[in-house]
Amino acid sequence: MLAQDDFFLAPGIEWFHLGPVIALVSGALVLLVVGALTPRWPRGLYAYVTALTAAVAGGLAVFNWNDITDDGVSTLVGGALAFDTFAQMITITVCAATLLVALVTDDELRRAGKDGPEVYALFLIAATGAVVMGSANDLILLFLGLETLSLALYVLAASDRERPTSQEAGIKYFVLGGFASAFFLYGIALIYGGTQSTNIGEIIGSFQTSVLLDGKDTLVLAGIALLIVGLGFKVAAVPFHMWTPDVYQGAPTNVTAFMASVGKAGAFAAMLRVLVIALPFHRDDWRPAIWVLAVLSLVIGSVLAVVQTDVKRMLAYSSISHAGFILVGVEAAGHNAGELAPGDGMPSVLTYLLLYSVLTVGSFAVVSLVARNNGGDTSLDAFKGLAQRRPTIALALTVFLLAQAGVPLTSGFIAKWGVIQAAVEEESYAIAIIAMVAAVVAAFLYLRIMVSTWLETGAESTEREAVPFSTGVAVFSAAAFTLLIGVWPGWLLDAAESVTTYAK
Amino acid sequence: MDFVVFILASAMVIAGALGVVLRPNPVHAALSLVLTLFGVAVHFVALGAHFLAAVQVIVYAGAIVVLFLFVIMLLGVDKAEDLSIEPFPIQRPLAAVVGAGVSGLLVAAIVGAKDTIPEGTPLGADGDQNIRALARNLFSDHVFAFEFTSVLLIVAVAGTVLLTRKEKKGSA
Repeated sequence: MLAQDDFFLAPGIEWFHLGPVIALVSGALVLLVVGALTPRWPRGLYAYVTALTAAVAGGLAVFNWNDITDDGVSTLVGGALAFDTFAQMITITVCAATLLVALVTDDELRRAGKDGPEVYALFLIAATGAVVMGSANDLILLFLGLETLSLALYVLAASDRERPTSQEAGIKYFVLGGFASAFFLYGIALIYGGTQSTNIGEIIGSFQTSVLLDGKDTLVLAGIALLIVGLGFKVAAVPFHMWTPDVYQGAPTNVTAFMASVGKAGAFAAMLRVLVIALPFHRDDWRPAIWVLAVLSLVIGSVLAVVQTDVKRMLAYSSISHAGFILVGVEAAGHNAGELAPGDGMPSVLTYLLLYSVLTVGSFAVVSLVARNNGGDTSLDAFKGLAQRRPTIALALTVFLLAQAGVPLTSGFIAKWGVIQAAVEEESYAIAIIAMVAAVVAAFLYLRIMVSTWLETGAESTEREAVPFSTGVAVFSAAAFTLLIGVWPGWLLDAAESVTTYAK
Repeated sequence: MDFVVFILASAMVIAGALGVVLRPNPVHAALSLVLTLFGVAVHFVALGAHFLAAVQVIVYAGAIVVLFLFVIMLLGVDKAEDLSIEPFPIQRPLAAVVGAGVSGLLVAAIVGAKDTIPEGTPLGADGDQNIRALARNLFSDHVFAFEFTSVLLIVAVAGTVLLTRKEKKGSA
């Protein structure tokens, strides 16, 4: 007979507050189950269901945001998830990027005759992983979110089975990613050894109550080092960036867009949760490491981007340099992590992630349009004469590139200005100056693409790029968002201010 | 006694792990993995976690490694890869140096902290203490993580379908 356990207290489950996660998983399950039982859906329906799911999840996150501003932060399901505006902002970022990527994917898959529910289901599951990484209040859950996101990305990178480069990208990402996950997991184990908990709230508590003995914190320090290695790999910071160019170039372009937006947002969310929120007591130990990662990423990413001749590879290196910028914000957040007045670091990083996600999906959407017209060629030559063939698309690409370069009146300027301003406020002048110089170097790269697009003429025989409806909508709305934020950023910056109150 | 068991089990784990990496034949490598998993099971027994030890043997050593062996033999990967090609000649010695450095630092960190780790609370001698403690953990503190693992499994299902199904030509 089963003995009744009187002391067991089941954790309460706040169903409505879990809405975004539930919506994303249900969308994926509907796609997989209904998709398996019914004949091929009419054109575009898979993509529209995915986009709708992402929109619903994002909308629920907005509702949650309102609840949080009214009732304050809390934790969900027995302290497993944090319910704060930080989590909701990451959720909104991830959902917006997923929505745009679904629209871009639609045409990409149908052209190749490979329309099916699996790719979309994996997008939604990966997005769930990123959302969980952003809201995890427990290192074990954070690791599960990381693995869900990463495993889905490995499969997606290899999903174009007719191209060997896609297979190569998948296997490279898988082997190296597995290695990085092992570092991350060992880091969690050591943190557990040092603090006797994996729950972020309890980890903070253990630092507040324990007396620091000699040698007491060596376990935690080693754990922090391993966690930084694992997270550095996931955000593609130099020197853990080796996989990025090959994987970004080899993966199908829509998947690359997803990796650069959702993958980065999830990984940076995890980094902020672990370093800034869980380990503020060791901020003086991890901040120099982040400083070095940021400077290396900025310099090496920008310089190597300039010498590439393939646009996808250029954008891959540029994503490394963007990771460097975001790390500048993380470093700034590290100066007063855990204090009551947390400074501008956190808001600037989250704003950067949202703006960069939209930008990068837009850029890769244009790349996918051009590549499809040239039989998969993404070299600079393929972009020659784009302005004569498709002036509106060329204009949209120019908007994205100018924004990535950080030109005023685009969202990229707001993003870069935010992190640099946060660094200056914390008197990290050296890193702010390096970031500005790197921005100038990187601007040269975006200029090269623009020169190709506008000033050089392509071969006479090149056909005009076909612009399918859904990709057109994605490109247009991303460009409109980029310009809108560039001109009218106030509301977003105000909203981002509130992310510094965390649940733990 | 505890110490002897610890040394023996650890030797099994390390020897198995080295075998996985170093054996040229993939079947031998998979069998070395069994040795590692058994060693971990012995560690679990030594720590009083009998249920985990049983699960470790049944699920990992019993089921998962057998699956590995099936896959390896079905694919017929019975020849060793040629690993002598090296695009950057310096990377192997460099990897050895960095690897030794990282393990040295980790060992130093753990040795430095060995006096500060508090004693765990041992479970009672009662037979179902283990299972009860595990269940309590899974369904209270970690219930969300427990359920979320099923989402991870969806990735495996969808990924397998995506990577292995046959394409129908001329559709869309």
